[in-house]
Amino acid sequence: MKNLISERVADFIKHYPPFNVLDSKSLFQLAEQVLIVYKEKNSIIFNVDEPQHSHFYLVHKGAVTLNNPSTSNILDYCDEGDIFGLRPLFANENYKLEARAHEECILYGIPIDIFKPIAKKNEQVTIFLMESFASNTRNPYAKSQKGQLFDNEGEEEEEVNKEVVLPDLQLASYSKKLVTCSTRTTIKKAADIMSKKKIGSILVTSKDLPVGIITDKDFRNKVISGEQPITASVKSIMTTPVITYPKNLTITQAQMAMMKSNISHLIITEDGTPNSSALGILSKHDVMVSLGDNPAVLVKAIKRTSRIKKIKQIRKSVMVLLSGYLEQNIPLGLIAKIIAELNDTCIKQVVEISIAKMDAPPPVKFAWLALGSQGRSEQLLHTDQDNALVFEDVPEEDLPKTTTYFLELSKLITKGLNTIGYEYCPADMMASNPQWCLSLQEWKSKLSYWIGNPGPNEVLMSSIFFDYSLAYGERRLLDSMSDHIFRTVEKYPIFLVHLAKGALQSPSPTGFFRQFVVEQDGQHKDFFDLKSRALRPLIDAARVLILSHSVKAISNTWERYEKLAELEPNNQELYLACSYATKALLKFRTRQGLANHDSGRFIELEQLTKQEKMKLKRTFKAIKEIQELITLRFKVTNILG
Amino acid sequence: MGLFNRTPKNLPDYWIRYADLFKESTSKNFSDLVFVVLDTETTGFSFEDDRILSIGAVKIKKETISVQEVFDIYLEQEKFNKETVHVHGLLKNGQRECISEVLALEKFLEYVGNAIIVAHHAGFDMGMLNTALERNGLSKLKNTVLDTGVIYKKTLIKSYLVQPKSNYTLDELAEKFSISRKDRHTALGDAYITAVAFLKIISRLKEKKDFSLKYLLR
Repeated sequence: MKNLISERVADFIKHYPPFNVLDSKSLFQLAEQVLIVYKEKNSIIFNVDEPQHSHFYLVHKGAVTLNNPSTSNILDYCDEGDIFGLRPLFANENYKLEARAHEECILYGIPIDIFKPIAKKNEQVTIFLMESFASNTRNPYAKSQKGQLFDNEGEEEEEVNKEVVLPDLQLASYSKKLVTCSTRTTIKKAADIMSKKKIGSILVTSKDLPVGIITDKDFRNKVISGEQPITASVKSIMTTPVITYPKNLTITQAQMAMMKSNISHLIITEDGTPNSSALGILSKHDVMVSLGDNPAVLVKAIKRTSRIKKIKQIRKSVMVLLSGYLEQNIPLGLIAKIIAELNDTCIKQVVEISIAKMDAPPPVKFAWLALGSQGRSEQLLHTDQDNALVFEDVPEEDLPKTTTYFLELSKLITKGLNTIGYEYCPADMMASNPQWCLSLQEWKSKLSYWIGNPGPNEVLMSSIFFDYSLAYGERRLLDSMSDHIFRTVEKYPIFLVHLAKGALQSPSPTGFFRQFVVEQDGQHKDFFDLKSRALRPLIDAARVLILSHSVKAISNTWERYEKLAELEPNNQELYLACSYATKALLKFRTRQGLANHDSGRFIELEQLTKQEKMKLKRTFKAIKEIQELITLRFKVTNILG
Repeated sequence: MGLFNRTPKNLPDYWIRYADLFKESTSKNFSDLVFVVLDTETTGFSFEDDRILSIGAVKIKKETISVQEVFDIYLEQEKFNKETVHVHGLLKNGQRECISEVLALEKFLEYVGNAIIVAHHAGFDMGMLNTALERNGLSKLKNTVLDTGVIYKKTLIKSYLVQPKSNYTLDELAEKFSISRKDRHTALGDAYITAVAFLKIISRLKEKKDFSLKYLLR
């Protein structure tokens, strides 16, 4: 029965191979039989050796990874519009890989018994499938392998067992916009072309064949040094011969080739030899972008994109980078700085793209504030978004209009941030909430109210505002808010006591016998809550201590402790221990989060080694001591007991 | 109409079959429950004076909706309210095949069975359906009902600053959960959006410690 839902399904699948070549009759025939499957993040779609499902899957929303659980390798990453779980149905065997929802997903389950006859009838579909099976990927590249796909149904395909790891099969994308000059061009002319086109290398051709290449380095080494005059022909300075490769070379191949010949550019030619014409050029930069193991390259890539979805792809590389850093045991302070920088760049780009989407430019200056962990530069994994917007004061009659504009903009931005992987804040502490998108004056009165009337809620609210950083826009607005906060706090010293009390409210990490206290019930029963039992007490304590010294502009927790150690030499040892503990715990959390693909907040104690448990417990000693210090210093018990 | 002259004895067979389903005990396991997510389009907001134009519903079993198993019917109208046509685009005796109210209800009862009914602002849809049932000499629906408007609020953290709004529209839910608003204001389209929102709400609530059907009904 054709209905609205099947039309909706058909409307989606018709854009993606192999369905894009189907006629509308077959398309609807398929769509009417589709199952719409919802999968929670991290749930399994099928396991290794699980018998075939009656459906294969197309990702409608979200992303799915195909894994080899024994080596915990991710072999493929399926995004919206990608199909998976099809080969076992054709090969008539159990699943060889595990499919897991990498994000919250909606999948279309497409029935194989309806699809098979349609596929058999349609030659293009057959070719697509054969190619995708032969190349062992979703996106077929290897055109050379041909076989009778349908005649050997049931026969074991040997290919299946072959395991391919991602970067190896990923093709290097090269620049197809070639800029060339002939061997007789003068050096000056070549340099002019390069400056005009803003490129770092130019290909030298003779009779349409690539014969040499000139890069910025050649100008430096051979022209500016005086070796050749700028009137000489490029032939005198070009690097020759060029290293050529056929297209469809993988990233790893490209990298090896560059290392082997100690060069930074490869020329892609029709048949892979210098005897055919050039198709494109592949630079070291292209390789680095594809590999994503270099933050500078990633920043550049983020800044270049004009589509929010693209940023989401790049953020995936950021995660690869992060796990690499952790593996190499790079100091966490440094890792956090780099990742925070990358996150900031992403947010900035999202804000910029969102502004471009608005009908008009912002009517007045504004600032986009990152709150919470991002504000403290302690956010390594994707977490909830906490943000706020402040704009310049405007005449009263313009306020409603201006507020409307910025709310509209904030909605676009929060949506964009959601697209790139930041969950919406469940407490709605986001600039898209009218109470978090205010003019400077409105913010000031709100902050004064919080600080002057410090009930437990107000303390929580204002504590958020001591850990913030500028993500985009006018620093002046943010400074003005900070100044206001500090002035107001001075007038209400009791506020610090309330803040101190708040810092002591986190539950204790260990029980009476120094055993770990685990959650008693709920989904995380018997797990250890690393965030609220270990990290939060440290973060809260650092905040109130640094405020009592009126130190602003440091929002990062371990940097706060380092500053405290400097200010109070008698407590230096404790503060440094706290600084170390914060970093160690955050590293722990990030490792756990990467391993389990979640926020890393809850830890299964049984999975920890003895050594890791000892390490954790050592940090608890610092927590206990810093809490004692706060109790004494702010006389919390006397006043509020 | 037959509101008073039908005693419980002469209830039609399909009603008895429907009612019998509730005598069996259902599974206690949340993942085994079957949900029917529905939406009705009506001529207006009065239970007594207005009529159901169409009923759309999808069935969720183990977090899966089968496109084949959707429910999509349009009712014949005696009463016709011009003002609501522009919202739904359903014209009286339009191109859609329409069936009588009583037949629509019979088909609906057969479809819904003893599943748990889910709807956005369910009070309205249930009111329309129950009034229609009573008009045709039948009793009210026996199913357990969940309202996505209510359970969505359970996903929000209560804080001093942000009082949850008393009312969240389906559009707001679609926005929050990035669900395409295609086919909005058709019964089946809205039912589908509600279904996806429902699944997403449930996955967020599952983390709560006392999660159960009872928790959702509280």
